[in-house]
Parts: sequence; structure tokens; C-alpha cells
Amino acid sequence: MITNPVALSKAAKGSRLVIVEVPEGRARAQLLRLGVTKGELIRCLERLPGGTVVILKHRQEIAIGVGLAAHILVVHAGAEQQERRS
Amino acid sequence: MRKHDQSTIDTVGGHEHHHVEKHSHAGYRQAAMDRPTVALVGNPNVGKSLVFNYLSGLYVDVSNYPGTTVELIKGSYKGYEIFDTPGVYGISSFTAEEAVTRDIVLESDLILNVVDAVHLERDLFLTQQLIDMGKKVVVVLNLMDEVRSIGLEIDTKLLASSLGVPVIETTATTKEGFDSIEGALQKARTGERSSTLHHRLHDMLKLTGSEAEALLILEGDESTAQRHGVAPGHERETLYIERRNRVNLIINAILSERNIRTRFATLAGRWAVNPWTGIPMLLLALYLIYLFVGKLVATDLVGFTENTIGHELWEPWIRGVIAQVITPGSALSTLLVGEFGVITLTITYLLFLLLPLVIAFYLSLALMEDSGYLPRLATLVDRSLNALGLNGAAIIPLILGFGCVTMATITTRLLGTEREKTIAAAILQFAIPCSAQLAVVAALLAGAGFAAMLIYSITIFIIFVAVGTILHRVLPGSATPLLIDLPPMRFPRLDNVARKTAYRSYYFMKEATPWFFAGALGVGLLQLTGLLTVWQDLLEPLTTRWLQLPREASTAFVMGMVRRDFGAAGLYHLSLSQYQIVVALVTITLFTPCIASFMVMMKERGWREAFTVWAGTWIVAFLVGGLLSQALL
Repeated sequence: MITNPVALSKAAKGSRLVIVEVPEGRARAQLLRLGVTKGELIRCLERLPGGTVVILKHRQEIAIGVGLAAHILVVHAGAEQQERRS
Repeated sequence: MRKHDQSTIDTVGGHEHHHVEKHSHAGYRQAAMDRPTVALVGNPNVGKSLVFNYLSGLYVDVSNYPGTTVELIKGSYKGYEIFDTPGVYGISSFTAEEAVTRDIVLESDLILNVVDAVHLERDLFLTQQLIDMGKKVVVVLNLMDEVRSIGLEIDTKLLASSLGVPVIETTATTKEGFDSIEGALQKARTGERSSTLHHRLHDMLKLTGSEAEALLILEGDESTAQRHGVAPGHERETLYIERRNRVNLIINAILSERNIRTRFATLAGRWAVNPWTGIPMLLLALYLIYLFVGKLVATDLVGFTENTIGHELWEPWIRGVIAQVITPGSALSTLLVGEFGVITLTITYLLFLLLPLVIAFYLSLALMEDSGYLPRLATLVDRSLNALGLNGAAIIPLILGFGCVTMATITTRLLGTEREKTIAAAILQFAIPCSAQLAVVAALLAGAGFAAMLIYSITIFIIFVAVGTILHRVLPGSATPLLIDLPPMRFPRLDNVARKTAYRSYYFMKEATPWFFAGALGVGLLQLTGLLTVWQDLLEPLTTRWLQLPREASTAFVMGMVRRDFGAAGLYHLSLSQYQIVVALVTITLFTPCIASFMVMMKERGWREAFTVWAGTWIVAFLVGGLLSQALL
């Protein structure tokens, strides 16, 4: 089963995710510095009403506003691994 | 103990205020003479300031919030000149802090890179970038106590050989490992870089002559490119990804986890950003602050200091002393010890009313900062602030505004865009009462009852939302999304909290005092020359008919232009009904910002914006106050 990428702002709380796309622009460089980039494994710690998310990248907690999170595409970690196998 | 007597402090371009100047590096270099210069560089909130304090023997503000230090501070240590820099995640010019740090790094001989050992993943990106720039680096692996307590293991020797530079382990809060800094500085050297980077740098190096600048240009840093008259490069993405991968490889090799325990602090941090638990936590925090600042200090303590010490002991005593030298009733006597006496009223307000409040407020703020709660609060309120054209990060200046609007206006420069700065500064100037004013307001409202308090709060809140919403609609552009890292929650170190509170209170009082004296002198002169009556007559229709207040209330507005709290304090001795109190307080709260914050507004946002806001406050204050008066009275 291959799941379609979803916006990070819509990811379920507690889910383990793999980033498949990060938007262009200044935020991209800042995300890159924090290690949030294509192919990285993250966990969605919290999704607030309105779409602000808190993610965990290894031990670092990062808060991302909806304006950015809506443009970061992710797939479930399990699904991505299955995709690789198929 | 080391001796610190030869230490010097120089804050380039500004004192207590966080001040940034674009090309400040030109000046400080000369002062350094030929002693080697060391730049202290690190991510925000890694204990950099504690290292600087130790090395220089000086105190600088330590915060548990990314980006609260935008100052440039110099000290000396052994034979070195040490420069503290604002915390950054990388070297470039995305923000004002980065630009400052970049310039200091470019000019320095050695780099002392302080790294949070718990967050190596985040911090080593900057370390590797400094190494890639070809700078001589020493890495200070700080927070080793936390590393051990959460069950991490770091192979420091392997880290040192992977990076190619000396690495020392420290715990800044207990100064453990600090004694090895000097020895390490002597061994500072350029580190390991990927061979591909060398090739990439080659061509650009011919143009710039410095590897550091060549790298920055390749990474698309516009200001460095401009300095050398070349076009900024397009390799940022490639270089950043290569660096990220390199850092990840190093981390996988050196880091091992034993049994990671979920600490209570980690849980508390998670609860703080969950609306179901976070909102009750926020309300609890606000309630505790209210109990402490609003009740214990503003009511009980200030009641004692202001009435008992100020009005009953100090004022009669000093009047008696002055009466022996100057004839009571003379002009000079009125100025010094009269109704608005420079010595009587000002000293009472400053020392017995304002000082306890300011200390209490800064203490609460320091506790919130050092516990790591503020960035979580920023996350919690992010979406709500989007409606005002801001993101969660703006909660910092807004909260600071409750301490001192002037100081908060300066911190608006931490926001991402000019648009956000304009909105935040306007909200601060219009609708946020500062701690001193709030204290007087709270004291007056306490006498006026619950309904009065409710009407006041709701009115100010509506204006707060209205200013933001209107500017958000009117100004072109949109809110930038929030992107912040959340530092770990930890129990604040009380000595740090105490020092920070003392430091900030001192600077606040230092700044407020002359304005208080000037204000009292000004009002006293107006009273003596009869101009106060002229002003009261002038405002009479507004004050007595439209606002339905006694004509003396207009004196409070003159005082309010000098300092906001001074204005509110001017309402103290008027006999007002409970709704008159609400009307007067709403008007004075919305009324013009104090002189100091107007000056800062001019400097930060330009005269056009400053005057627009200043004029706007007149209109809004009298319009809203009047409407309220017509509805209530």
C-alpha cells in the first residue's frame, strides 16, 4: 500500500513521518540547518487547532506555523518503507 | 578564584538596549590592537553567556529564549580579546543577529564555539560551517551534566578527530571544565572539511582572498558578495545538504543512547503546547503572576512602602528639612516639595511605588524565560496571533511590553519582517499598559470593583485585537509562519534569575528616573506659571463634557505624555466614581506612549510611523474613553 503525501499541518499527532518535500524560499534554508529536510524521519508531537505543529527531530523539538507546515509534505514512516520495497 | 580586576566592558553601539549596528566591526577591531581576538559563537540558549561571564568576569544577560541577546559585548581574558555574539543557527544574513555574528566571525582570529551537547544535531551544523569557513575553532561541549542525566553518551575524542579541532567538555552552570578553555585556545586550529568543498572554494578564493568570505558568497550571502562586488552564489542548497549529511554521519558515529528516560520536564514541555493542558497552564501561570505582582507586591507591599514609608515618613520629613532652608510657599519650595514636588512626589513614586513593582515583574519574566516556557507559549498562541498578522514569536515583545513598552519596542526587531515589526510596535504603543502603569491601574481598579475591572480589561483587549486586525488588513503582505526550536524545559537557576532581575530592574530605573524628575519639574513649572490652568481650560470640553471627568484629570494627561504610569498616578488623588475610574483609566491607557518609548519608536520605526501612532493614540484614547463614558455615565 502506498499512501499519498499529506501536508505536515494535517499529520496525526504521535505519527512517525518521513519528509518528502520542503517548500522553496528562506524557510527552506532554516529548516535545512535544523536538519528538517527531504528524506528525514520526524515525529509529530502535537498538532494544535489551526495547524501549528510541534515536531521532534531526534531530540530537538521544533514548532512550525501552519503557513509553513501546510507546504511541507510527509508520508507515514511505515508507508515510505513499503514504497521502497515495492 | 580568578581575578577579574582587569576586565573591561564595551558594548558597541548601545548600552542596556539590544542594539545592532550593521557594520560595527570596523570600530571594535581597532580597540583590540594586536592581541588575538576570540569570537564566542553558538546557537541561542546553549550557555554561551555563562562562558562569556566566566572568561571576562562580567555579567551579561542570560536567557532561555532564542534571540533575546542582540548585543555586542567585549571582554578580555588572559591575552585575548573576547567578543560575545548573538546566538545563531548558522552564519549568513537572514536576520540582524546573524549579520552581527557574521561580521564578528569574519574579523576574529579564533572561534570559541559553544555547543549544546544534548542538541548536537542542531548545533554541529554551525560548528561545521565555522570549520568550512576555514576559521581556527575550539569546540566547547556544554551541558555535559544534562547529557549524563538523560543517559546519552558522547565519544568526545572521536568528535574532536572527526571535526579536526580541540573539543572540551564543560558544564557551564557549575563551571566544570572551564579551566581547560585557556589551554584549548592555544591549540585552536582549522578543522576537517570535505574535499569537494575545497574545489568549490577555489575559484571564489581568488576573488575574495579569504576562505570564510568565499564560502559565504557561494552560499548566497548577499551582503558579503556586495562587499566584494560579485554576484551571490547559488550553491547554498547543495552546500547545506552536504554539511547536514556530514554532521549526521559524525553524530551517528559519536553518539550512543543508553536508556533514555522521559524526564518530567520533557513532559511538562509537551503539556505546555497541548491546548487542553497548555491553556490551563497558561491561566495558572497568569494567576500566579497576578497573585505575586498584582496582589502581594502591588497591593500589600506597595501599600506599605508608598503610604507608610513614602507619604507618612519620607515626605513630611523632607518637607521639614527643606522648610529650614527655603521659605515654604515660595516658587522654589513648590517645585521641590509642592503638590508635584520633584523631591517628594517623584521619590515616592520611583522608590516606593515603581521599584517594588518593576522588580516583581522582571522576576516573573525571568522565571518564565529561564524555564523554557516562553517559546512554548509562542507555539500555543501562534494561530491566534496569525489573525493579527503576526506569528507566535511576537508574544515575546508583547509580553515584554507589560514590563516596559520602551524595551519591548526595541525587541520587535527580532520579528521576521518590517510588516510584523510595524504591527507589533503599534499594538505595544496603543494597547499594552507597562508594568508601572498596570500597577497603578490595578490599584485604582481594585477600589472600583469587579465590574470596573471587567469593563476595563475587555475594552483594552478589543482595542488590542482591533489595532492588529486593522493593520493586518490594511498593510500589504501576509504573516510569516512560525519556525522556532523549543529549548528543553528546565528548572530555572535561581542565582541566574536573581542576577537577571537585578540587572534589568537597575537599567529600567536608570532610564526611568530622569524622565520622572523632568516630568515632575515640567508639571510643577506649568502649575507655577499658570499654564496648567490654560491647558485644563483647553481640554475642558473633552475632559468634563465628553469624558465626564473632573477638569483636574487633564493634568494626568500632561503627565501621561511624559510617562504612562506617571499619568495614571496623576488620577490617584482625584475623587472619582467607579465608572469614572474606568473611563479615566481606559483613556490614559490608550493615550500617548511615554516620551522614552516615543523616542525609541522614532529610532526603530522612523518618524512617520512614530508620529502616526502618536497622533492615533490621541484620537483612539479620547474616542474610546468618550464612548465608554457616554455609555456608562
